[in-house]
Amino acid sequence: MTAGGTTSVSREIVESGQRAAERSGESAGGESKRAAFRVWRGDSSGGAFEEYTTSVSEGMVVLDAIHQIQAESANDLAVRWNCKAGKCGSCSAEVNGMPRLMCMTRLNDLDLEKAVTVEPMRAFPPVRDLVTDVSWNFAVKKRIAKFKPRIPDAPDGTWRMAQSDVDRVQEFRKCIECFLCQDTCHVLRDHQKHDEFIGPRFLVHVAALEMHPLDIENRAAELRQAYGIGYCNITKCCTRVCPENITITDNAIIPLKERVVDEHYDPLRRLVRLFRRKS
Amino acid sequence: MADYETSAHDVLVVGAGGAGLRAAIEAAASGARVGLVCKSLLGKAHTVMAEGGVAAALANVDERDNWRVHFADTMRGGQYMNNWRMAELHAREAPDRVRELEAWGAVFDRTPDGRILQRNFGGHKYPRLAHVGDRTGLEMIRTLQDHAIHLGIDIHMECTVVTLLKDGDRIAGAFAYDRDRGRFKVFASRAVVLATGGIGRAYDITSNSWEYTGDGQSLAYRAGAALQDMEFVQFHPTGMVWPPSVKGILVTEGVRGEGGILVNRDGRRFMFDDIPENYRSQTADNEEEGWQYVMGDKNARRPPELLTRDHVARCIMREVREGRGSPHGGVFLDISWIKSRIRNAPEHIRKKLPSMYHQFKQLADIDITAEPMEVGPTTHYMMGGIRVDGDTQMSTLPGLFAAGESAAGLHGANRLGGNSLSDLLVFGKRAGEHAAMFAADSPAVRVTADDVESAAAASLEPFERAMIEQSTEGPYQVQYALQEMMQELVGIVRREEEMRRALDGIATLRARAARVGVTGNREYNPGWHTALDLRNLLTVAEAITRSALERKESRGGHFRDDFPEKNPVYADFNIVVTRGTSGDMTVSRVQIPPMRRDLTEIVEENK
Repeated sequence: MTAGGTTSVSREIVESGQRAAERSGESAGGESKRAAFRVWRGDSSGGAFEEYTTSVSEGMVVLDAIHQIQAESANDLAVRWNCKAGKCGSCSAEVNGMPRLMCMTRLNDLDLEKAVTVEPMRAFPPVRDLVTDVSWNFAVKKRIAKFKPRIPDAPDGTWRMAQSDVDRVQEFRKCIECFLCQDTCHVLRDHQKHDEFIGPRFLVHVAALEMHPLDIENRAAELRQAYGIGYCNITKCCTRVCPENITITDNAIIPLKERVVDEHYDPLRRLVRLFRRKS
Repeated sequence: MADYETSAHDVLVVGAGGAGLRAAIEAAASGARVGLVCKSLLGKAHTVMAEGGVAAALANVDERDNWRVHFADTMRGGQYMNNWRMAELHAREAPDRVRELEAWGAVFDRTPDGRILQRNFGGHKYPRLAHVGDRTGLEMIRTLQDHAIHLGIDIHMECTVVTLLKDGDRIAGAFAYDRDRGRFKVFASRAVVLATGGIGRAYDITSNSWEYTGDGQSLAYRAGAALQDMEFVQFHPTGMVWPPSVKGILVTEGVRGEGGILVNRDGRRFMFDDIPENYRSQTADNEEEGWQYVMGDKNARRPPELLTRDHVARCIMREVREGRGSPHGGVFLDISWIKSRIRNAPEHIRKKLPSMYHQFKQLADIDITAEPMEVGPTTHYMMGGIRVDGDTQMSTLPGLFAAGESAAGLHGANRLGGNSLSDLLVFGKRAGEHAAMFAADSPAVRVTADDVESAAAASLEPFERAMIEQSTEGPYQVQYALQEMMQELVGIVRREEEMRRALDGIATLRARAARVGVTGNREYNPGWHTALDLRNLLTVAEAITRSALERKESRGGHFRDDFPEKNPVYADFNIVVTRGTSGDMTVSRVQIPPMRRDLTEIVEENK
């Protein structure tokens, strides 16, 4: 093999790349056309949908359309966003009624014959237009006991963990805190149990701490009481809307529920608890 | 009289990415009353976008690595423009800062014996980047955030600083507005740490989000502090080029670290065609050796795709300009080819590069385990920034500190991938520590009502203009015009005549910015915020252009078509920008102090 030469591998790369570019171009929707968007405008005192039209070009996502509308005809349209690549979890909203990241929702996956509705997350109080007050989530996290590691394994103050032991926790730590799972959870959205239930996002957070190989804190009692894990009846709506594809219900919530049951209803532990309370 | 809330702190940290959070943690741990201001929600700052990893000579994967090699790599990558004291502290302290994150709950990928795994990256001699797949930044910011919220720090989310406040010749705090309600806030503080990140939004094609409008650099400059190295802007070689709406979004260097190769439309691996002299001895001269390096063969040299970012970006530009680009005006970056070398390649790629897989699948309909990506350069990082003391991170203005991307010094003319995440840990900690010490030794500061009133009045001007004038400009149009002009005239390849035109353009845009009007009310009004950001963007655009005009040579991220070679005359000084007494920007050359003898020896040893 020669330096920089054209090999069969690199010829294959070019051919496959040209095919991919062509297909990507087609799926992005070639010709420019106009599409209508019904965007919720308002604040905590109320609001209504307003209709805007804007031009749609190749590969656009809902957030691009919102930005175009903002620049062209509604300079003060409020929208929260940052990375525009599905990594920061800022641009959560409801698109045609579904909780989605606006930056990862392509227009060519939507029916543009009808107006696309874009509205704020409904489980949180509105601030303005598409922006909601999500501060409750930050307050909840502060209440959860922080990470507490075991004594280091090695004299230099470091630990040893096998990759297989951290795979599960790494899945939970993929969470970008978009709060779409909180938005869709009926315990919060419909029943407004914000004071009694921390919601799927923070059950995932607790799972990441409880299943962390180094953590020695025990959050089982809080899970049952302050965190309200019993409210979750495993409808898996949260798992379905997670843009990071975290298996929230099966991998995080159900094992936590099992732990609560084990610790609380285990006859031996009950006896120990009874004894401790008396002494 | 303007309406505003006042609060007092010992240390005010502006910016809550990695550097700001690490500074706040350190200051709070030392007992200071700390305020932390973030432009967005907590945990959304640009650190979250960092993908490849954090550079630290842990020597977990290659026992030959140590701080000396990391120091030498950083200096070589920065073309010796670096503040060598910062490069030394960075290389020495990064391993402890990374291990500390593990003690705070971070979960890095593991070696077979259970330690922190490290990967290859451009310009690093040994596998050095601790990482979590390709979402290392998320892991770091979340770890710092989750640690910080239990330390009693006052966190002000969605709050933007408009101007710094002074008490005589020292810092006294900051004037800000909250995004939610549009109300003004005054922070009185004995020390201020700026950790506001970069300037990417001064350009059209960038990996940066709306926040990165050069706030810290501009705030410091207007308060009287010096900026340096502003000509050194990093254009990351691999941003997405297709579809148009995602143009500029970052494609991690980790793709190349895991064996990804760059190919032009003729199928040529063009990175072999131009290997700079000072990297020749460490670079593979054939494909087989490059692959062996990726597979961990310690006798093999690294493939040319892992040369420094400035060089790779220019090679890609050359291929595109000479007509050998990909269909959408980039080149091909391919990782799928490793299927011819290893079993289970698709699973391996999805495991090591999950967010790249996801990003291309969803946004471009490309399966990177089977097809190449199309990539091209994107404005990514500002090597220059606020001039600071290497040990304390204090700027030239007493009580004003800076850390992370907003500070200058560590990276010189070109930053190595992975060195920004270690930068923000090492110097975030140092800034927090020294800011707290400074505050403890300082008398109380006084904020004057006059300063607050004039800051408030200036902030509300765009609303007033829209009410009284008929033909005001929209803020977005001025911003777009600036971005397009900087991209075209002060981009990757620069020329004297074009940059002169850019200076005229900046003057015109400044006049247009002074006519910008906004409608609506003060609550969460993005038009208003864009109008207020314009001043910062124009300041950094001017600083970049004037510094780039002054450096009549090509070095690192700064490439002059009219002076395409490195010139030893320019090797000995940094270009420094300050605000002159008349308010005009003053450019000067400041000698780089001679490197300490023991450090010079390390550089020689590693040549």
